[in-house]
Amino acid sequence: MTPLLSARGLTKLYPGGRGCREVSLELDAGEVLAVVGESGSGKSTLLSLLATELAADAGRIDYRLRDGTVRDLLVLGEAERRLLLRTDWGFIRQDATQGLRMAVSAGGNVGERLMAVGARHYGNIREAARDWLERVEIAPARMDDSPRGFSGGMRQRLQIARNLVTQPRLVLMDEPTSGLDVSVQARLLDLIRGLVAELGLAVVIVTHDLAVARLLSHRILVMKDGRVIESGLTDQVLDDPAAPYTQLLVSSVLAA
Amino acid sequence: MQPLVELENVSKSFTLHLRGGLRLPVVSGASLVAHPGECVVLGGPSGAGKSSLLRMIHGNYRCDAGRILVRDGAEPVDIATAEPRRILALRRGVMGHVSQFLRVIPRIGALEVVAAAGREAGLEAGAARDQAAALLARLNLPERLWHLPPATFSGGEQQRVNIARGFIAHRPVLLLDEPTASLDARNRTVVVELIAAKQAAGAAVIGIFHDQDVREAVATRVVDVTRFAAQAA
Ligand SMILES: Nc1ncnc2c1ncn2[C@@H]1O[C@H](COP(=O)(O)OP(=O)(O)OP(=O)(O)O)[C@@H](O)[C@H]1O
Ligand SMILES: Nc1ncnc2c1ncn2[C@@H]1O[C@H](COP(=O)(O)OP(=O)(O)OP(=O)(O)O)[C@@H](O)[C@H]1O
Ligand SMILES: [Mg+2]
Ligand SMILES: [Mg+2]
Repeated sequence: MTPLLSARGLTKLYPGGRGCREVSLELDAGEVLAVVGESGSGKSTLLSLLATELAADAGRIDYRLRDGTVRDLLVLGEAERRLLLRTDWGFIRQDATQGLRMAVSAGGNVGERLMAVGARHYGNIREAARDWLERVEIAPARMDDSPRGFSGGMRQRLQIARNLVTQPRLVLMDEPTSGLDVSVQARLLDLIRGLVAELGLAVVIVTHDLAVARLLSHRILVMKDGRVIESGLTDQVLDDPAAPYTQLLVSSVLAA
Repeated sequence: MQPLVELENVSKSFTLHLRGGLRLPVVSGASLVAHPGECVVLGGPSGAGKSSLLRMIHGNYRCDAGRILVRDGAEPVDIATAEPRRILALRRGVMGHVSQFLRVIPRIGALEVVAAAGREAGLEAGAARDQAAALLARLNLPERLWHLPPATFSGGEQQRVNIARGFIAHRPVLLLDEPTASLDARNRTVVVELIAAKQAAGAAVIGIFHDQDVREAVATRVVDVTRFAAQAA
């Protein structure tokens, strides 16, 4: 069967020549792909390209729709593309204030996504929102509170609920655990790990933390200067890195 | 009888780019077979490449040359060239691996760590939980620890969780890297019994055991890895 997502030769160069060059990747349901590399190596650019938030200079992104047909997202009509992104995809951002609507209550943040895919019954929406808040360990009593008053870890968990409530098949994550305390991070990672396995999600996760990549991902891409310089089975790349840069990356951390 | 694991002319060296590209040959021309019911023990001094060979079979280390065939039902899969996805599938259903240390997952209790490994290998949730409990009991892990995350366990306690993870569910190939190193005599004996039971069930075991008693109790054959010592280039 064709993979869920297949990107070929994705390229986006900013003025000055930085960006993302000829990146190819494949992803299937239930697979977690980690993207690692130093700051500025093009990880977020790659994610924005995959999310079609950024227009690619070259390449294609084939995606298998629920009915089995495969479409190139880069040539999909605008309305169709938007619907797909709203229903079938999730995007967890490093900065929760960009992934949430800060002026809307926690419950509203989750319910809003359901309404965007056509849910209309207020009671059902509220019920589903409460259910998802509980799954990400946010007490129902906080449902009507604004995320402004939430801690960093709570905001990230709320982002996860907001994204997963529509039962997406593909979730993109950009540094979802960075900037959090270690114990908060562990809890979040545990939650992500459980949900990914339970729901059979396909995930692309960008992280600078090799321990996060090892814990969550099956395969890994190592990026440098906009290119993928090494890829493969996560534990193999981390334990037996081939490229000089990957060896440097692995040796710079105590134990991943 | 067909072997479950077959290494043909396997070579491996590390290139240390951070040390000026220093090339460290580990093994060259290594050949080895393991049949159902066998326990092949890798012998040789420290640094001979025993763990490296085991890791290569598991797909954790790359293989530079040669073939590493692991049988998945009737189909031999060459680990040296297999896609990551294929290797992951083999790890789920065909080959188990027990290393010397447990890589702990934060916040997950010991029993659940073991049961999760069982589910990954295809056991149904209830059966996985029952088998996990049975194994932990057999390995004398105090029941008060079962629901605690192993991060704070002693070395021997962690290792017993690790062993239970590797032995839950039947996989036809079992790779063991000094599983008994941090265990007391009583628990070493349990591990010897567990290994014998796997062999009796038709598994091929390839292992490294420093402990002389354990080695003698389990080995059907010892392969001295110094035979495969690589010539420094
Ligand atoms: N809009 C832009 N215009 C010009 N250059 C940009 C733009 N966005 C990003 N860049 C540059 O492109 C390169 C890749 O950026 P990107 O955000 O993808 O890196 P990253 O790998 O995600 O880094 P980090 O780990 O710091 O988040 C960087 O050098 C960045 O400065
Ligand atoms: N990831 C690695 N990167 C670089 N060198 C490595 C790596 N893993 C192992 N080596 C080297 O390969 C050689 C063989 O190591 P290996 O761990 O396979 O030996 P061993 O026979 O298992 O030894 P011991 O009995 O001490 O466990 C050693 O020189 C070791 O330093
Ligand atoms: Mg970034
Ligand atoms: Mg060793």
